[in-house]
Amino acid sequence: MAAITNALRSTLLLELLSGMGLTFSYMFKRRKTLNYPYEKGPLSPRFRGEHALRRYANGEERCIACKLCEAVCPALAITIESEPRDDGSRRTTRYDIDMTKCIYCGLCQEACPVDAIVEGPNFEFATETREELYYDKAKLLANGDRWEAEIAANIAADQPYR
Amino acid sequence: MPSLTINGKQITVDAGMTVLQACEAAGVEIPRFCYHDRLQIAGNCRMCLVEMEKAPKPIASCAMPAADGMVIRTDTPRVTKARNGVLEFLLINHPLDCPICDQGGECDLQDQTLGYGMDHSRYEENKRAVVDKDLGPLVSTHMTRCIHCTRCIRFATEIAGVEELGTLGRGEHMEIGTYVEKALSSELSGNMIDLCPVGALNSKPYAYTARSWELIRTEGIDAHDAVGANIRIDARGREVMRVLPRLNEDVNEEWISDKSRFAYDGLRRNRLDQPYVRRNGRLEPATWAEALGAVAERMRALGGARIAAIAGDMACTESMTALGDLFRALGSPHLDCRQDGAALPVGARAGYVFNSTIAGIEGADTCLLIGTNPRWEAALVNARLRKRYLGGGFHVFSVGPELDLTFPVERLGAGPETLGEIAAGTHRVAKALQGAKQPMLIVGQGALARPDGAAVLAAARRIAETCGMVRDGWNGFNVLHTAAARVGGMDVGFVPGQGGRDTAGILHGAGGRDLGLVYLLGADEIDMAQLGQAFVVYQGHHGDAGANRADVVLPGAAYTEKSATWVNTEGRPQAAPAAVAPPGDAREDWAIVRALSDTLGKPLPYDSLAQVRERMVRIAPWFARSGEVTPAAWAPFGTEGKLGAAPFRSPVTDFYMTNAICRASATMAECSELYMSGGKAATGTHG
Repeated sequence: MAAITNALRSTLLLELLSGMGLTFSYMFKRRKTLNYPYEKGPLSPRFRGEHALRRYANGEERCIACKLCEAVCPALAITIESEPRDDGSRRTTRYDIDMTKCIYCGLCQEACPVDAIVEGPNFEFATETREELYYDKAKLLANGDRWEAEIAANIAADQPYR
Repeated sequence: MPSLTINGKQITVDAGMTVLQACEAAGVEIPRFCYHDRLQIAGNCRMCLVEMEKAPKPIASCAMPAADGMVIRTDTPRVTKARNGVLEFLLINHPLDCPICDQGGECDLQDQTLGYGMDHSRYEENKRAVVDKDLGPLVSTHMTRCIHCTRCIRFATEIAGVEELGTLGRGEHMEIGTYVEKALSSELSGNMIDLCPVGALNSKPYAYTARSWELIRTEGIDAHDAVGANIRIDARGREVMRVLPRLNEDVNEEWISDKSRFAYDGLRRNRLDQPYVRRNGRLEPATWAEALGAVAERMRALGGARIAAIAGDMACTESMTALGDLFRALGSPHLDCRQDGAALPVGARAGYVFNSTIAGIEGADTCLLIGTNPRWEAALVNARLRKRYLGGGFHVFSVGPELDLTFPVERLGAGPETLGEIAAGTHRVAKALQGAKQPMLIVGQGALARPDGAAVLAAARRIAETCGMVRDGWNGFNVLHTAAARVGGMDVGFVPGQGGRDTAGILHGAGGRDLGLVYLLGADEIDMAQLGQAFVVYQGHHGDAGANRADVVLPGAAYTEKSATWVNTEGRPQAAPAAVAPPGDAREDWAIVRALSDTLGKPLPYDSLAQVRERMVRIAPWFARSGEVTPAAWAPFGTEGKLGAAPFRSPVTDFYMTNAICRASATMAECSELYMSGGKAATGTHG
């Protein structure tokens, strides 16, 4: 009996038809893919992307060179040097992040007492050379300036859970 | 001997100890801010509250003498509540600016808040703000952080002996200050930074440059003076970021002088980081092979009799051992480690060390200072003298310069004639010295580095012998050195051999063309003009006077950069490892001498530091006992002769400018300008 069933199944191409039916049914389902980079998926406010150094609204840089991020960084990606600025405040003279070492764990922004170093929503910073991924203070501050609106919105959105 | 119970444990302690000390002895830790072992008890922070049976309230354990039958508890809810309360009060006005505070990470208040503090603040009012005081170029202030423990005031008043700090106002209006705005005029002021339990007093040169957790700590020995203070060198990468004291009861207790602490920025400037050879009148960069080749060629051409070597104030014992061996192998007896020309006796060790030992000062009851200003020549010896003075019944007499030693000194005269009278026993002080139980005298380099130095030394020896300073178990004859290298050089025999010339002779010979080559091992304080046409080799770490005059410069390592031994003024050999690497092409000094010996074709018989040290032990067995003083046997020294008439002068005219490292230090330059009024006009008496 089983031999007859199998013979029928193969002559009538039932398996092929059911497979093509499944394929055809997807014509009427919602699309799962994105037309990246013209379309983008949603990001959590906690998304840990490219780093940025923020400023206060008056333009003063937030970072006070406490070096807690440097201390907490498990990948030793952050290098900071500091000295008193002319007005006597504690400031960094050097703030480097080696983005090739960084593991994007987000501990630096957790450690920061003034919300200066943050991991912003930007994940599109691929470069052609390694050297471009050695970020210095100017680059990080520029990132902060460029992404401030998004970063501030993310921090505000996440505030109730911190 | 009171016997008390602490947390149910019976303990017997020495009479006079406080409850806090008894608790420490019982292994119970008591939090504290104002209490410090070496300062008087203030009892004002209240952090050390403990519960005592039958007492209605918790007691301040730091101020309560331990008594027989006391029952102390430190683990009750009441004690915990008291500690929490005290800490909450201390934090009312303390700004929570730990992230920008240099004390962060090594702060008593931070640590104790972690242990005893609350997790939040109940205080919503404004915190008080206090105007920062200007205490000079070394100590920075953030007075808002102050918790009024008064350790700084007590340190200044008791240990440093300058009554310049105090409090104004009461309660919340209390402020620590100098009354009239002025810089602290103590050469020990940096120790207040260590004492301050919060970040109110911090190091100004170190401000904001590093964090305590990122520094690599190395236990070192200070080479700025002859005390041989035990220091901790904190480095980041290749840079020394700060210098802190290390506890050594026999030498520096837990203090160091401001020069030891703050001159480190000189290690970054003006360094010799590659060999130089003078060509057409200009020093030009060269390779090691070229530089050593130039030296070897000249040495071979001149032969042993026409070459000489002088060791400077900061040379390590290893390099002097190696250079001495090399010169003797080449047949030159012209060696001297006494670049100031002091009449230190060769061979008679008791005649050139501080026999009483620094800790031994505390056993003395009468002291005669001869041509020395210990406050500037060895600030920590002066601190020990002051400690002894505070103990009571201590009389200090001085023959020499006018002194302000922070304790009363009876000045007997300016020069050798008074010394002669005391030695002859005709001076009234001779009686006082003879009547003393433990008399001591301290001869400074200012009394020995002069034409009649040997006679002064002999007179001092006669005083020591006639006044009973030398007897079983006590030797009150002391020579106070100013240079870290001196005793080590004397110990390993870096002194003129048979028919050899001393420093003055070498300079004379070089000027008169009897000598063709002079090898300066870090010697900068001699008169370079007297070297005449001689070929000068300078091995050292800073581009100072010596390198300026040199024909070949061999870059060596500074005291933080080499594994080396120094012998302090007591004759205590102390070895320290390198904290950082020497800059550029510079090398450890003994290795340079070893390389030169190879180039000369007369290789020295040691290839490693351990072998050099074995050689040192063969020359002087006490080098085997690092950190210990080996008592020197009393032997005749000094040459009886006519004493001159010139008054004694201290060789240190400017405390902050005594060697090449200080002279390269911006901090020291600032201090020198501020504190040493008239220092600019001084010429220095070195060499």
